[in-house]
Amino acid sequence: MIKDLLIILISSSLVSNVVLSQFLGLCPFLGVSKKTGTAAGMGAAVIFVITLASAVAGAIYQFILLPFDLTYLQTIVFILVIAALVQFVEMFLKKFMQPLYQALGVYLPLITTNCAVLGVALTNVQKKYGILTGIVNGFGTALGFTIAIIILAGIREKMEYNDIPESFKGMPVVLLTAGLMAIAFCGFSGLL
Amino acid sequence: MKQNSISERLLNGLVRENPTFVLMLGMCPTLAVTTSAVNGLGMGLTTMVVLALSNMFISLLRKMIPDKVRIPAFIVIIASFVTVAELLLKAFIPFLYDALGLYIPLIVVNCIILGRAEAYASKNNVILSLFDGIGMGLGFTCALTIIGAIRELIGAGKVFGFSLMPESYVPCSIFVLAPGAFFVLAALTAIQNKVKIAGEKKGKDMSKIQSGCGADCMNCSDTDCRMRSGGQESKEGESND
Repeated sequence: MIKDLLIILISSSLVSNVVLSQFLGLCPFLGVSKKTGTAAGMGAAVIFVITLASAVAGAIYQFILLPFDLTYLQTIVFILVIAALVQFVEMFLKKFMQPLYQALGVYLPLITTNCAVLGVALTNVQKKYGILTGIVNGFGTALGFTIAIIILAGIREKMEYNDIPESFKGMPVVLLTAGLMAIAFCGFSGLL
Repeated sequence: MKQNSISERLLNGLVRENPTFVLMLGMCPTLAVTTSAVNGLGMGLTTMVVLALSNMFISLLRKMIPDKVRIPAFIVIIASFVTVAELLLKAFIPFLYDALGLYIPLIVVNCIILGRAEAYASKNNVILSLFDGIGMGLGFTCALTIIGAIRELIGAGKVFGFSLMPESYVPCSIFVLAPGAFFVLAALTAIQNKVKIAGEKKGKDMSKIQSGCGADCMNCSDTDCRMRSGGQESKEGESND
């Protein structure tokens, strides 16, 4: 059992990395990776939200959608649940956990429209994961996102003073970096 | 050409505000499904149908939806059409359904659709909104098909499954894998930058060309910002009541 969960964790975080091989959550990956500090903050917020969202979405799927034979509504239900959840988490943190809110607060609203969250919820259903396996898969996916965004931010900080051709400044060179990182992450595919 | 005529809307989506090449919206599906020209075409057409229908419906309901809850209302409408499209694909074009997989339900979070709903359909009449959706969808379809064709040509030596390269050509298969998507997009944005810089030197207004995901406010640039600030305001409004 534990071995299975470990395999899911490794495969979702490294082998099929959410950004570099599935292209989910690309917008924050490219947009919030200018500094390592902010990238780490974004990563933490994503881990928090995706783990929570896969738990809630998994529970709703198992206890409401499946018994009532409503599985065709999953897309609509999941997107609404995720949007509501993020709002709720934001309010909860603001009220009861000020330090955490100050650290993550800015990033939370940005996550609602992040396709990685919906993507994980749907993958869990597609692969017929139970609630616990789904949570582990969600956590692993978010961990993979965090690893990727922190590495990219580190590289971008180093690249700041490099001499780059004018038309490649900004996005193009970041995308090239991401491409090279994707090649590196292809190496993990022999891991399992 | 007259502002806001049907043909103007179609041309606007195809060329002047092409969602992929000019506005750089909806990059996740653009990168993920363009491993071949057929997949790009299929994804583009599916998105176009959803975009056109949701634009039409949102425009029909624009006077009934209260301003405060418009974003959730739009999302429900879009998600319903995506579900319909998904079920239809599953039933009638199963090979495309298998190829696109997870990315069909993810059309819901495609910034182009919510962006057009917010920026155009919620302010204009039904016919124009419908054609705005079709125009934008066609622009998206063309872009995806072109990118898919380039990747398929370099990565497998084929376009739409027909071999185009001489037999001695060794396919550079990395282009159909994940890293190739990043490289093609990097080249694309570099060309876009070049055009923008050249245009600015001639003194043209190039502000329409977005820097895409690079903008501080993430992708979906202004729609997302407005959405967020809108959400914030409405929340405060509620607590004041």
